[in-house]
Amino acid sequence: MVNKLVLENLKHRPVRTALSILAIGIEVTMMLTLVGLSRGMLADVARRARGVGADIVVRPPGTSLIGLSSAPMSEKMVDFLRRQPHVTHAVGSMTHPLSGVTTITGIRLDEFDQISGGFKYLEGGPIRNRDEIIVDRYYARQNNLHAGSTIQLLNRTWRVAGVVEEGKLARLVIPLDVLQELTANPGKISQVWVKVDDPANIPKVIASLKEQLKGYPIYSMEELTSLISVNNVPGLKAFITVIILLAIVVGFLVVFLSMYTAVLERTREIGILKALGASPLYVLNILFRETVLLALAGTVLGILFSYGTRWVIMRWAPASLTQMIVPDWWAIAGAIALGGALLGASYPGWRAARQDPIEALAYE
Amino acid sequence: MSEDLIIRVRDLRKIYRVGEVEVHALRGVNLDVPRGEFLCVAGPSGSGKSTLFHILGGLLAPTSGTVIVDGHDLSKLTDSQRTALRRRMVGFVFQKFNLLPTLTAYDNIAIARHIAGRNQDNDPWFRQVVELLGIADRLHHKPSKLSGGEQQRVAIARAIINHPAILLADEPTGNLDSQNSAAVLKILRDLNERLGQTILLITHDPVVASYAHRVVHMLDGRIVDAES
Ligand SMILES: Nc1ncnc2c1ncn2[C@@H]1O[C@H](COP(=O)(O)OP(=O)(O)OP(=O)(O)O)[C@@H](O)[C@H]1O
Ligand SMILES: [Mg+2]
Repeated sequence: MVNKLVLENLKHRPVRTALSILAIGIEVTMMLTLVGLSRGMLADVARRARGVGADIVVRPPGTSLIGLSSAPMSEKMVDFLRRQPHVTHAVGSMTHPLSGVTTITGIRLDEFDQISGGFKYLEGGPIRNRDEIIVDRYYARQNNLHAGSTIQLLNRTWRVAGVVEEGKLARLVIPLDVLQELTANPGKISQVWVKVDDPANIPKVIASLKEQLKGYPIYSMEELTSLISVNNVPGLKAFITVIILLAIVVGFLVVFLSMYTAVLERTREIGILKALGASPLYVLNILFRETVLLALAGTVLGILFSYGTRWVIMRWAPASLTQMIVPDWWAIAGAIALGGALLGASYPGWRAARQDPIEALAYE
Repeated sequence: MSEDLIIRVRDLRKIYRVGEVEVHALRGVNLDVPRGEFLCVAGPSGSGKSTLFHILGGLLAPTSGTVIVDGHDLSKLTDSQRTALRRRMVGFVFQKFNLLPTLTAYDNIAIARHIAGRNQDNDPWFRQVVELLGIADRLHHKPSKLSGGEQQRVAIARAIINHPAILLADEPTGNLDSQNSAAVLKILRDLNERLGQTILLITHDPVVASYAHRVVHMLDGRIVDAES
């Protein structure tokens, strides 16, 4: 019976209902997209690091985990690491920030091929000249590049030698010595990727390296990828919290306004219910059920929208942004939206519940 | 108490406070209504008729005096007790039919039953009421699709669906033409005669008053001719 009244009320003002659902949907999408982007981009970093095929990473002292460091470490470190027992490969790479989250990576391609098994070329082939560059599929799609295209980076023109499958090391790759020269960092690298003969020896090698290289962050690949998480990026958690709070405020205000106008508009109807003996709780229950329905519909819409934002990102900005679908957050985002909506409905609901039936029936 | 009185009002007073101003709407009303009576309350505008009904129906708390309806002393009730009383003891019919516009006629009646916490389908009383009021074939329409007379009949059905001790009708024919008025009044008289429903009805219209067993007149917050 109450459900019928609730549904009829929602149907009675379809535009208001649709706008409320839309607003809650956007609120939910904001949360899901933000969390999805944070996780997606970090997962992508981790995936590319794993794609190198190394077992251990050695970074210069004092560098943060996901910092866009340049090249504070000498290339001699590579030779030192190669001489260690059980180490089969050691490859130095240099990461240089371009703009935003985009970086360009320099590496000795022959050594990289040995450790990683080489790039998988979708178009074109390996670099042959010093003005050539390799780009991954996502960067190529976002910037509409193909083998043979030219691109302007670091104040010079590059020719795309090949487009490779994503997920190995970096989106933009050039020879190490070219990048060192261009950035005036001769003989310097940002990290060394190390491979050992047998996975069982990884802990032993790490222990020995830590002994010899005091102050250098040294991670097993497992450790590295597990450390690449929302909690370990400085400020990211706070940023997510702030955006989610904003989303809650928006949802709260929209529901508040929607329910407030609904209560004003229904003054007379609420008066009738109370004249029939409806308790304040009965009236509150009607409004809260309406709110719950709006929040549920909004959550479903928001989840659908998050697939939409992912599609847009994959289509137009796959190199800059990676969004994951985060089903574990569906319920969380829904609960947050519901909480905000119920909060927004509580003042209008309180007004409705304590409305005086005689006054309400006199109301035109 | 010599007779079976369903309403007993003694020295009932109601003062509205509007800011600094006190409005004495009822100034010592005395009224006895035997069970099963069809009573008409007449009187000029502002004489306190609606105020009296609102108190009898538990919509309003009296300022002082005794109000006993079907054995319950209304002057001693809290807000929530008065709300509970409205659910089962009283049926209201208003001048402006006051149906819920988003619900069908059927649901408008059913919601009163639901509020009273009695939610059975296939209720024989429900069918009886609907037939008595001649709205059986109009039940699935919303109020906007019903004529004024039909809307008022739905409102009466809603008012009596919970077997109220008293039915309070505040100018129920005020918005109806003479033909529909007559139909509604005939129904009220039927309810009174066939079911023994106690009815109190406010009107300015002597024709309407002629349907009642007895007429009392109000003036300036008092009943001026309460003869039996
Ligand atoms: N909520 C209120 N606040 C203040 N004064 C009120 C209120 N309701 C009624 N009054 C006053 O109380 C007096 C009695 O009003 P009431 O509505 O009971 O009269 P009535 O006999 O029903 O009149 P009518 O025939 O016009 O319906 C009037 O002077 C009215 O202005
Ligand atoms: Mg009146």
